[in-house]
Amino acid sequence: MDRIPILKMGPFLLVTIQVDMYDRLALNLENDLIIMVQKNGSKGVLIDISAVSIVDSFMGRIIGNIATMSRIMDAETIVVGMQPAVAITLVELGLPLSGVHTALNVEKGMALLQKKLADDLTEDSESEAEMDDNDQSE
Amino acid sequence: MSNTTSKILTKRKKDVLQVWVENQAEDPAVREDLMANDELHAQSAELLNSFIEAIKSNNYEDIEAPEYYQVTEIISGISLTRAQLGFSPRETATFVLSLKRSIIQILQEELKEDQSTLISEILRISDLLDSLSLVTMETFIKGREEVIIRQSSEINEISTPVIRVWEGILALPIIGTLDSERTQVVMENLLQEIVNSGSSTAILDISGVPTVDTLVAQHLIKTVNATRLMGAECIISGIRPEIAQTIVHLGIDLAGVQTKATLASALQYAFRKSNLVVAKKKNS
Repeated sequence: MDRIPILKMGPFLLVTIQVDMYDRLALNLENDLIIMVQKNGSKGVLIDISAVSIVDSFMGRIIGNIATMSRIMDAETIVVGMQPAVAITLVELGLPLSGVHTALNVEKGMALLQKKLADDLTEDSESEAEMDDNDQSE
Repeated sequence: MSNTTSKILTKRKKDVLQVWVENQAEDPAVREDLMANDELHAQSAELLNSFIEAIKSNNYEDIEAPEYYQVTEIISGISLTRAQLGFSPRETATFVLSLKRSIIQILQEELKEDQSTLISEILRISDLLDSLSLVTMETFIKGREEVIIRQSSEINEISTPVIRVWEGILALPIIGTLDSERTQVVMENLLQEIVNSGSSTAILDISGVPTVDTLVAQHLIKTVNATRLMGAECIISGIRPEIAQTIVHLGIDLAGVQTKATLASALQYAFRKSNLVVAKKKNS
């Protein structure tokens, strides 16, 4: 059975989707990913969908689900490298994925995750961390 | 019914052509500045030839039939080129309608003795030419429409430039009304440019948009959401007081959208987001 590899990078998980997704593959990914988060105690999940050119409402929902599930398990989800056509499709489908963080590419996504992790660790010194948090939520 | 007209026309093809070209030349609507006489003569001869071929089949009613393919093709071609050359609809229609007069004139000369045949033949031929002139009008209008569509798509292209104001900052001034089609173009251009330039901030300046109604606002929100999905931030700037009033009165929720009054303040915000500082140089 086809599976999408999930790579562990320190406290984060990296998923690169290189093929066009079909429903079973997406469901497997959701399953595997959430197990990996639990096993490794990951703090962040980075999904690279730069090679995905077709999405449907189901795929959009799965991505949303992964983000929500990870957040419950204390891991942030960042979707990176979305193609313009995919972004337009998702918006037209009425799935703005409001719970998901996004970044232009893997590099920027990693930086964002690292920043979030650093913010989490320095939460005690509240003043600065809160300002950064506000910046990101805007 | 015997095919009298066809026989007469085949016999006196040259006369018909001559009378027709003369008729056209006399018509004040004919524009010599737009088309040379030789060309007009060539076009007329070509059409007349295929027309006489077509009526040999004794079919005067159905211009969709295979024998009329060539005729309609020639007529469509001529109407299209005339539409593009800037002829008026009247001038274009006269081309076919003047053929009717010439044919009737020749028929009158040939069928002087037989009035009843003359009348029935004239009726048939004039019905046929009327439907052919309708074809002319149809293609003429189609030709004009193509011109309009091309122009409006050109306007769309010109009017949605994506400007790289700074490394990582794009600006997109929108001028004119935002409809669905235009939003699509704006969105595609913007998102593609974000990918190409790897920008993290986009400024959508709507100071040139005359009115913002619920539909336009929805388009704006869509664009902002799509930009966010790509991993960039979208700021809407250039909101005039009237527009702010309309937005609030219509109850549009722009809570999830970063808005600024002017492009300058949006740019300043974008600079701050990318940790850039604009400082005045000190004179030593």
